[in-house]
Amino acid sequence: MSINDLKVGESAFISYVGGNPKLAKRLKALGYTEGTKVTVKNSAPLGDPVIVELRGFDLALRRKDAENIEVRMM
Amino acid sequence: MITAALLGNPNVGKTTLFNELTGANQYVGNWPGVTIEKKEGYFGKNIKIVDLPGIYAMDTYSNEEKISKQFLQREDVDVIINIVDASNLDRNLYLTYQLKQFNKPIILVLNMMDVAKAKGIEIDCDALSKKMGVIAIPISATKKTGMNELKNLLKSSNFFDVINDNDYQNKNESFSFKNETEIYRHIESILRECTKMAGSETITITEKIDKVVLNRFLAYPVFILIMFLIFQFTFSWIGQPLSVVLDALINDRFVPWLNDLLSGRSEWFSSLIIDGIIGGVGSVIVFLPVILVLFLGISFLEDSGYMARAAFLMDKIMRNMGLSGKAFIPMMVGFGCSVPGIMSTRTLESEKDRKLAALLVPLMSCNARLPVYALFASVFFPGKQTVVVFSLYLIGIVMAFIVGWIFDKTLFKKDEEPFIMELPEYKMPEIKSLLLHTWRKGESFLKKMGTVIFAASVVIWFLSSFNFDGLTDINNSFLSYIGKVINPLFVPLGFGHWQNSVSLLTGIVAKEVVVGSMGVLYGGDLRSVLPGFFTTLSAFSFLVFVLLYTPCVSTVATIKKEYGGKLMALSIVYQVLLAWIVSFLVYNVGGLVLKLFA
Repeated sequence: MSINDLKVGESAFISYVGGNPKLAKRLKALGYTEGTKVTVKNSAPLGDPVIVELRGFDLALRRKDAENIEVRMM
Repeated sequence: MITAALLGNPNVGKTTLFNELTGANQYVGNWPGVTIEKKEGYFGKNIKIVDLPGIYAMDTYSNEEKISKQFLQREDVDVIINIVDASNLDRNLYLTYQLKQFNKPIILVLNMMDVAKAKGIEIDCDALSKKMGVIAIPISATKKTGMNELKNLLKSSNFFDVINDNDYQNKNESFSFKNETEIYRHIESILRECTKMAGSETITITEKIDKVVLNRFLAYPVFILIMFLIFQFTFSWIGQPLSVVLDALINDRFVPWLNDLLSGRSEWFSSLIIDGIIGGVGSVIVFLPVILVLFLGISFLEDSGYMARAAFLMDKIMRNMGLSGKAFIPMMVGFGCSVPGIMSTRTLESEKDRKLAALLVPLMSCNARLPVYALFASVFFPGKQTVVVFSLYLIGIVMAFIVGWIFDKTLFKKDEEPFIMELPEYKMPEIKSLLLHTWRKGESFLKKMGTVIFAASVVIWFLSSFNFDGLTDINNSFLSYIGKVINPLFVPLGFGHWQNSVSLLTGIVAKEVVVGSMGVLYGGDLRSVLPGFFTTLSAFSFLVFVLLYTPCVSTVATIKKEYGGKLMALSIVYQVLLAWIVSFLVYNVGGLVLKLFA
C-alpha cells in the first residue's frame, strides 16, 4: 500500500520510496527513509495534493508522487 | 577578506539572519545562466557574506543545489554559516552532514531556539558542537537573542581550527555513509544524546490556523477573500490611487514646467523630451506605487506562511497549464498589470515554472486593455458591454490553459521538476525584511525604466514623428508607412485599414495608447467614425487581437530583464501568432455561423 491508501489522520511506516529517481532522492534527503513514521494530515478540497507530516514538518505531495511511497501499517 | 557562505533549508530564517548581519549593505544580482537571485553583503569591512539559495540537500539535482555546490567547490570560501531550525533538527542536520564534505569550518547557527523551547525540545549545544565537529551557536533571529555571540565570533575569525578539533575524531565519517537512511540513523543517535524532548505534543497555533484555512468548505472562500484583499489593496485602495497622484504630478506639474523650460528650443527637441521620453517612461513610471504595494502584499503572504497554503489549494487547477499552484499569484496580478505579474514569477520554485509563467502572464487581460474594450463595446455592443468584456477576459484565461499545456508538452518537456513543497509554520512577518524585499523590487523596476523602456520610447517617438522630409505628424510618419506595409496582414482578420495597423503598432508602447492613436488617425469622434470601418464581427475580432498580441514595451522589457532576450523573443513571436490565429478564427468562423443563422 502507498500513502494514497491512508485516510486523513492515519499514520504508517515507510517501507520503500520508488518512482521518479529525482523525486525519490529528494524525498529521502528530506527524511523519507525506511521505517520513518508518516501521517496524512490533510488533503486539498479538490482531493489533490495531500499534506504529509514526517519528522515534525509538513510537506505537500501530489497524489501521483505519493503513490510511489510505500508504507506499512503500524 | 573573509568569505562566508550562508546556507540552510528554506523557511529557517536565513534571509532574516542575512539582513541582520549585512544591514542595508547588500548587492543583489543573478547567478550566471539561471534565474536565481544572488545576494551578497558585507558584515563589517572584512567579511563578505554570500547568501546561497535555500536547499534541503546538496545532491538531488536542482539548480539551487548545483549553484551552491559549485560555489563551495570553486570559490574561496573560508567558512560556512549553516543556519538550522532548532525545532526541526534531524532534517536540518542532514544538510549539515553534506556540508561537512567540503572540509571547511562550519558555524552551525541554531535558529528558532524559542520555538524549540515552546515545543519542549532542550538542546545541549556544547555536546552538539563536539559531536558534529562544528561551532554551534543558539540564536533567535526574530527575538534578536544570541546575535552578539555570532557577530563576535565572526569578528574574531576564531573558527579556523575547528576542523581539527580533537573531539571530532572521525573526520571523514560523512563519506562512509551508504545512503540517506544511514545518515538519518546517525543523526538520530546524536540527537538522542544531545537533546531532550519534554512534555507531550500539544496542538500548535499553525495547526489551529490550518483547521480553518485548509478546511474543506472554508479553504476556497478564505483564499478568494485574501486574494481579493491583495488585489484591492494594490489596484483600488493604495497602489493605484498613488499612481494617479504620481501621474498628475508628472503630467500637470512636471510637463508644463518642462514645456516652459524648453520653450526656446527647437520643436523636435522638446517633442523628443516631452512626447518621447516623458510620454514613454512617464507612462510606465506611474506603475511604481502599484508595484511597491503589490510586493508588500506578496512578501507578507510569503513570509507569513500562507503562500504555501495558497499554492497547495491551487495546485490541481494550475497543473493543467503546466504550472504548480504558486503560479496562481503572478497570473492574478497579471489582471492588474503584466509587469508586476512577471516580476513576481521569481518567487516560483522551479526555473521551468518561472519561465512558463512569465510567458503566460500577458494573456491575462490587464487594466491597460480596458479602455480599448470599453470604447469598442460601447460603440458596437451597446447594452452587452459586460458580456463582451467578460468574454475577452475568459478568452485570455482559456488561451493561457491551451498555450501552457502546449509549451509544457513541447518546450519545457525536459525541465519537468517534481513538486514537493514544505508547509512552513505560520509566523508574523518581519517588517524590516518586508520593506527590504519591497524596495529591492522597486529598485529593479526603476533600473529598467532607465534602460530598455527609455530606448524603446525614443525609437517609437522617432518613428511616429518623422518621415524622410523631417518632423511631421503621425499621419505621414515612418510609422504610418510601416502601418500601410503590414496592413494586408490584417485584411483576413476583418479590420484591414491602415489606421488600425498603425494604432496597433503604437499600442506596443502601452495598450491604452491604441485608443489615443485611433483618435488622431481617424480624426474625429471615434463613436461616430468607427462604425464606418468596422462591422460588429470585425470589431470583436479586433478586440481579441488587442487582447492577445505582443505585450507592451514595459512587459517585454521585464521579460528581458528577468529571463533574457531569447524568452523575450519567444514571448513576442508566439503572442503575435496566437493573436492572428485566434482573430482569424473569430472573424471567419464567426462569419460562417452568422451566415447560417441569418
